Amino acid sequence: MKVLVCVKQTFDTEAKIELKDGKISDAGINLIINPYDEVAVEGGIQLKEKGIAKEVVILSAGSDKAMDAIRTALAMGADRGILVKQDTTADEYARAIALAAAIKEENPDIVLAGHVASDDGSSQVPTRVAEILGLPHVNVITAIEIAGGKATCTCEADGGTSVIEVSVPAVISSQVSWNEPRYPSMKGIMAAKKKPVATKDAAAVDNKVNIIEFALPAAKQAGVKIEDDPDVCAAKLGDWMKNVVKVEVK
Amino acid sequence: MAETWVFVEQKDGNIRKVTFEMLSECKKGGDEVGAVVFGQGVEGLAGELAKYGADKVYVADDAIFAGYETGAYVAQMVAMINEFNPNAVLFAHSFNGRDMASRLAQKLDAGLATDAVAAEISAGKGVFTRAIYAGKALAKAEVTGSPVLATIRPGVWEVGSTAGAGAVVKPAIAATAADVYQVMKEFRPTVSARPDLAEAAVVVSGGRGCKGPDGIKLVEDLADLLGAAVGGSRASIDSGWLGHELQVGQTGKVVLPNLYIACGISGAIQHLAGMSSSKFIAAINTDTEAPIFGVSDFGVVADLFKVIPLLMTDLKK
Ligand SMILES: Cc1cc2nc3c(=O)[nH]c(=O)nc-3n(C[C@H](O)[C@H](O)[C@H](O)COP(=O)(O)OP(=O)(O)OC[C@H]3O[C@@H](n4cnc5c(N)ncnc54)[C@H](O)[C@@H]3O)c2cc1C
Ligand SMILES: Nc1ncnc2c1ncn2[C@@H]1O[C@H](COP(=O)(O)O)[C@@H](O)[C@H]1O
Repeated sequence: MKVLVCVKQTFDTEAKIELKDGKISDAGINLIINPYDEVAVEGGIQLKEKGIAKEVVILSAGSDKAMDAIRTALAMGADRGILVKQDTTADEYARAIALAAAIKEENPDIVLAGHVASDDGSSQVPTRVAEILGLPHVNVITAIEIAGGKATCTCEADGGTSVIEVSVPAVISSQVSWNEPRYPSMKGIMAAKKKPVATKDAAAVDNKVNIIEFALPAAKQAGVKIEDDPDVCAAKLGDWMKNVVKVEVK
Repeated sequence: MAETWVFVEQKDGNIRKVTFEMLSECKKGGDEVGAVVFGQGVEGLAGELAKYGADKVYVADDAIFAGYETGAYVAQMVAMINEFNPNAVLFAHSFNGRDMASRLAQKLDAGLATDAVAAEISAGKGVFTRAIYAGKALAKAEVTGSPVLATIRPGVWEVGSTAGAGAVVKPAIAATAADVYQVMKEFRPTVSARPDLAEAAVVVSGGRGCKGPDGIKLVEDLADLLGAAVGGSRASIDSGWLGHELQVGQTGKVVLPNLYIACGISGAIQHLAGMSSSKFIAAINTDTEAPIFGVSDFGVVADLFKVIPLLMTDLKK
């Protein structure tokens, strides 16, 4: 079985966002694998270690910089990579088309992805990819079992947990609680340098969603801070909750 | 007359609040408001939907819609859009809402603005404000098309009191067994008497400063006194004190309550991303330098093990 993992390169979650010329500035920003995708990569590697998958292929659409994200995934243990060069202003529609085209050529049994990108993530791309390829999909999984041509996924759902079964091939997106991604070992990092990464260009597709403007939210102002004995702190906090916030006590 | 549709989020006949928020907000616009409800035995919900602004209630009532399944729901929605041509269709930015809207959008070869916190809709066009980088930035996005598609973050709009006519429309059932590709093997509802984290008016969260189950118990007791949801930082979730679904932050949930109380939480940037849009924020932390105080309306520098019991006694008075 072949597993393909969609990996997006995103800003470090520590990053402070700033605007430059009306756009989000990437100056000085550390770029990482989207945390959810890291979990998907780990999930793919574990399928290989269990003998269910034979090969784990990493796919990323983006600029040349995204090569680093692919190399990191290879260092974790994936086998080879594909970089689809695409302007990073491509929307989820254009990105899904670019990814689906590359996936079609690879014809994997399972496509793994994150359920949302932690940057301008839309929570759309994996589902759109599935629709383009005419495949079933399951989102936000926290566990998976693959057997007999079926994938049985435990998912975080509205108001609970669901267990959903689909036939494979299928597109499956991860929740962070699925697993704990490994750190690449020194040996892994060395090996990754020699693993093949193919590059191709994305077909030109017009966006369906156009960004008119970026803005930063108004900074929250710090309010009152009390440093006193616990009983004074509690009384003042209680007063504020009752009189300003007007909480209801059950 | 042109219509804006709201896809109704309901489970076992209980309509989620976000549906009422969307109906109320759409009622302020010029379009007629259509509530679209899929399920089995759901026609009785029309009255409640009308109360919050639905002029029309489209009821697709069939066994095939008994539980959410992407394939069947999308097939039905596509057929209804083709028949009735709404201007816009809004979904909740819930797990099901975003799942259905994404597959629908791709089937229609259309754009979709997800997780919108504000919307301006006109014929053939919608301008949506999206919170991106986990709320660290905002993007104004224009979606053109017919219909305009978006998912709306719960809690950003007020529930109003303008009623609509609530005329029931029963569309033909277009989904068939061939459209179904997900088999729900099991659903385990979260057994909690507490409100849903994403919709709660008050959230009390515990972090590493709770030091273990005893500290978390205090957080839960305070939450129950306030009818609040319980949340946590990643530290308390990774320690196994709280379930994964209760994590607040960049890789957890984004919450928008009226009051957020952070207990023993330092205020890492990834945590702030999930809660700093709350209307009021209170913090209890022993470290006067903790970054959480930078976003708090009311902070107390004190030991949560001492303050929470005293606060509860005080609130009960
Ligand atoms: C990719 C990535 C994603 C992440 N996503 C998230 C996320 O979604 N949500 C999230 O929360 N974190 C997230 N984190 C983790 C985040 O960086 C912090 O590590 C985490 O939020 C810290 O949790 P904490 O505030 O509970 O713990 P700490 O930072 O250890 O803070 C504990 C606080 O408790 C206080 N304290 C100690 N004793 C007491 C007492 N008796 N009474 C009162 N106060 C006391 C201390 O002064 C301290 O400020 C993420 C990190 C990464 C790298
Ligand atoms: N440019 C991209 N390259 C590779 N994978 C992507 C890209 N954009 C999105 N994805 C995948 O789709 C998931 C959800 O992204 P999004 O729909 O943008 O929130 C991500 O976690 C990735 O797995």
